[in-house]
Amino acid sequence: MTVYAKGVVFEGVDFDNPNHWRLEEYVKRGGYAALKKILNEKITQDEVIAEMKTSSLRGRGGAGFPTGLKWSFMPRNFPGQKYLVCNTDEGEPGTFKDLDIIVSNPHALIEGMIIGGYAMGITVGYNYIHGEVFEAYQRFEEALEEARAAGFLGDNILGTDFCFQLHAHHGYGAYICGEETALLESLEGKKGQPRFKPPFPASYGLYGKPTTINNTETFASVPYIIREGGQKFLELGKPNNGGTKLFSVSGHVNRPGNYEIPLGTPFADLLEMCGGMRGGKKLKAVIPGGSSAPVLPADIMMQCTMDYDSIAKAGSMLGSGAVIVMDETVCMVSALERLSYFYHEESCGQCTPCREGTGWLYRIVHRIAHGEGRPEDLDLLASIGDNIAGRTICALGDAAVFPVRGMLKHFRSEFEYMIEHGQSQFAALS
Amino acid sequence: MLEIEIDGKKLTVPSGSTVMDAANSIGVHIPHFCYHKKLSIAANCRMCLVQVEKAPKPLPACATPVTDGMKVFTHSDQAVTAQKGVMEFLLINHPLDCPICDQGGECQLQDLAVGYGQSGSRYQEEKRVVANKDLGPLISTDMTRCIHCSRCVRFTEEIAGYQELGMANRGEFTEVLPFIGKTVNSEISGNVIDLCPVGALTSKPFRYSARTWELSRRKSVSPHDGLGANLVVQVKNHKVMRVLPLENEAINECWLADRDRFSYEALNSEERITKPMIKQGGVWQEADWQTALEFVANGLKGVIAEHGRDAVAAVATPHSTVEELFLLRKLMSGLGVDAVETRLRAADFSLKTAGATWLGQSIADLAASDAVLVIGSTLRKEQPLLAQRLRQSVKKGMQLAVINPHGDDLLTAKAAELVVRPDQLVEGVVQVLRALAEVKGIALQPNIENGSGDIPAEARAVAAVLAGKEKAAVLLGNIAQQHPRYAEIYAAAAAIAEATGAKLGVMSEAANSVGAQLVGAETGGDVFAKPRQAYFMLNAEAEFDVQNGAQALAAVQKAKLVVALSSFSSCALEHADVILPVSPFSETSGTFVNMEGRAQSFNGVVRPLGETRPAWKVLRVLGNVLGFAGFDYTTSEEIRDEALAGEIGPRLSNALAAPVAVKAQAASGLVRLGEVSIYQADMLSRRAPSLQKTADAAVAAQLRANAATLAKLGLAAGDRARAEQAGGVAELAVAVDAGLADDVIRVSANHPLTRALAGHVAAITVAKA
Repeated sequence: MTVYAKGVVFEGVDFDNPNHWRLEEYVKRGGYAALKKILNEKITQDEVIAEMKTSSLRGRGGAGFPTGLKWSFMPRNFPGQKYLVCNTDEGEPGTFKDLDIIVSNPHALIEGMIIGGYAMGITVGYNYIHGEVFEAYQRFEEALEEARAAGFLGDNILGTDFCFQLHAHHGYGAYICGEETALLESLEGKKGQPRFKPPFPASYGLYGKPTTINNTETFASVPYIIREGGQKFLELGKPNNGGTKLFSVSGHVNRPGNYEIPLGTPFADLLEMCGGMRGGKKLKAVIPGGSSAPVLPADIMMQCTMDYDSIAKAGSMLGSGAVIVMDETVCMVSALERLSYFYHEESCGQCTPCREGTGWLYRIVHRIAHGEGRPEDLDLLASIGDNIAGRTICALGDAAVFPVRGMLKHFRSEFEYMIEHGQSQFAALS
Repeated sequence: MLEIEIDGKKLTVPSGSTVMDAANSIGVHIPHFCYHKKLSIAANCRMCLVQVEKAPKPLPACATPVTDGMKVFTHSDQAVTAQKGVMEFLLINHPLDCPICDQGGECQLQDLAVGYGQSGSRYQEEKRVVANKDLGPLISTDMTRCIHCSRCVRFTEEIAGYQELGMANRGEFTEVLPFIGKTVNSEISGNVIDLCPVGALTSKPFRYSARTWELSRRKSVSPHDGLGANLVVQVKNHKVMRVLPLENEAINECWLADRDRFSYEALNSEERITKPMIKQGGVWQEADWQTALEFVANGLKGVIAEHGRDAVAAVATPHSTVEELFLLRKLMSGLGVDAVETRLRAADFSLKTAGATWLGQSIADLAASDAVLVIGSTLRKEQPLLAQRLRQSVKKGMQLAVINPHGDDLLTAKAAELVVRPDQLVEGVVQVLRALAEVKGIALQPNIENGSGDIPAEARAVAAVLAGKEKAAVLLGNIAQQHPRYAEIYAAAAAIAEATGAKLGVMSEAANSVGAQLVGAETGGDVFAKPRQAYFMLNAEAEFDVQNGAQALAAVQKAKLVVALSSFSSCALEHADVILPVSPFSETSGTFVNMEGRAQSFNGVVRPLGETRPAWKVLRVLGNVLGFAGFDYTTSEEIRDEALAGEIGPRLSNALAAPVAVKAQAASGLVRLGEVSIYQADMLSRRAPSLQKTADAAVAAQLRANAATLAKLGLAAGDRARAEQAGGVAELAVAVDAGLADDVIRVSANHPLTRALAGHVAAITVAKA
């Protein structure tokens, strides 16, 4: 993929330089200055966390939880081992931003994790990388070696008492391992299945020890915040939605790719940056935050700005920032069939509503998409969704239901047409 | 303490309680499948979703910790809607064919579906079909019925100690399965049948033989190991159909060993003998009871008249009841016969203690120990449920050390382990004692010879486990009790216990080993070493119940009169002169005193088969026929009350009555380790076909040694070997057992293939067959 707009995470990255990802280049553009600043100026842990809170950085993995607050939950004086974990298990359909971070600016992530370790008094970290991007994993390992060799990582960092070990780990591609507690299980060598909460990872995490887990982009934003100040980061975006954010735009646009733009940028502007709709077709709908976010029709989407609050107000979620753009030729029944298939396939099978319900949802949508729908199917889909959402151990159940709800809310007539006529009204268009 | 309100009822619960705990404490039932009080919380079935005030969505009662002031509604609209939703999901892929399911009538899913299911299904798609799995001879599978609650998986890992079942695949393709090509081999595997809330795992021997509502449930006590597990015996038309656990937290909790659960098959065996029989002129003839009893009375009197009282010996297994053994003792006393013996598997009868040897404390107290040293025991195979309890204790911090002639995996962490040759068990225990003496700066007792040479590091590690522990125990297992130097092992173990303040305990070999001592049924010694003219055998089979079976068999064959009181014909027909058919535990009332000194009485659950009679009645009438006074009992309770008059507690003591000289002995050459395997230990389990098909039964038919020893003998795994002991020969398949010391040949004892062999721990020769 290509990065078309640069913000905090890709600040100063010269993609034309084949060595742009290397430590040397990173340092040239101000890399590791934040770490040096903390260690040289003896900035306290509390000050680092306060800066994070000021920045209003919200978790970039999808849930949007305030990072500074999460860091403050970590029991700082816990007597045993604690862990810092980065979630690079990017598996949500439509999302491909973390991949570009570890390929193109891995040291921003490494520096961010080192700072996180410092702030929370953690000495060991892991980066769990999605299993289907093995080359990116190898690139990250190489970057780790560079950081170790330069004294930024390991024992007595930059000659101080501060020690932090960071290890890379690659998974095997299960979507569920992106759920933080399933990720921990997988990291421990077990089957990737979410744990029930409470207890939360901050008290019972990796190997039963206090653990903080953040997304790749979250960590990669940390050096900027420390270097430039939380206030400056916040001002890049809008209140409660600080900074810039990476949007992975895919679908029927002329230039799909990663766009790092200030939170609060109007969607219309983002669409323009992407070169507009492919083939001059009309925008029909957008899934604004990855496959689990409810779809929004064009008219609502064109009124939205790209930030957590605006998208939530419109009835969807910003999620991981994967923007899936669909033009007027798209049959929403087929689109939902593909989405439902994904969640059916990726359900871990641990708890009943998701294990049994995702398959049921998929089979009904599949039937409708193949001309075998029944009039009662749409109410049944909604009812099954109500029985899954909020009843499961993790959010995968909700994630499977949201697309169904979004589609039925905004495009119910398409489903009704298909049930009645046995074929899509867009059959001729696609 | 936290305050909580459940459905309007206020209560306080200890902090750390879950909503499920709180509800259970006031008898509020919350529907559930995956939750089980003895297993870890999984929270995966979602059936126990309840409404919690201020929570945005329903929460699982099993996994939600109580917070102070919490208000819970288990039957509110939100809760019931969630529960019904889950029930619908559980049923969409579950076969709705209860009439042909073996779980029908005792199925949690079926029961809860009545309350939470709909009359029709909204699911119109294809249903899931899952291939069945081979879990061995005891557990039958119908995996399509599985609702993925993971109770069975958690049981194997957490209770049985080894995760023999797991969840493979993902989503709705998730399947419970064993390791590829493996079966479930745990000695307590049958509990997964009880745990399975649906008909996915059912009992293979019981399959399709009866419906639960046709069965009466009758209480009983397990007649196998010294634990005395409580049973529910299920009966139809005076036939035992199935055995289930009767919950007793102090003894078996809610579990049963497979031996307790499946040995009932033998009760309905074709080998059951149903009429008294007398051999005349070498030919067996059926007789009526009167004739048979007179034959026995006259026969015994005749032998005594001709050869004296010492020419008669009575033997019984310690699986016999208190009442039976008491009357046997009384009958023999009436005849003037002193030799009554139940220690049939012993080789050393010299130990004298101040009272009946026992566990030294209650089972529950033992489980609360800080450290336990087990000497000479296979533990899991001898006492499956006690092993399970100690496994749970180890998880809570107890340290377990062993001194054993094998390295068997106890499926729990061993803090220290000393493996010795079986004939060096005494020396091993003394080495630990020396290590302790060194640490504590005390001298060895004068009667214990201080072995020479360095103390091995393993012995020091074992000593370190016990040293300085507040609550410790030293336990002697069957291998120790059956050892030719048992008294020396006992004395050295007692010295360890004394040096560390630990409690010394004997893990009773059989259901009534303690009771047998209490009624004085241990006065014979080795009654087969010097053959007698008459043997009176109660529930005992010479070649299977006596340590040196070959010797016992020879003695019995030479005797003028052999009276067999037995439930089974096979062995008795071969060697006896008269057979009196007596009831197994299921057909008689009686009492067993378990290893913690607890007397447990039980009633017969079915009427005696054919003309079989309870042994206590047979002995009582025989007393009448012999014209003895004091044989007028009309109930077994009268006999029990006389036999166990007064309190049992003061009559139990592991204190040595006299010092035992412990002398170091050198060892060389091949030595046999001959433990009695789990499913050969008593006449019921030996005759339970399903138990005989298990992996444990297969292992018992092998000759095992470590790789170096096998190489020295020119043997390899899979070969057949010929083992010889005192002229007796056994031919067996060879297998490697890496846990054995060099030159140790492990051949299980009292097994159909090995019954010609002699002592459990004695020299043996081995050659390729």
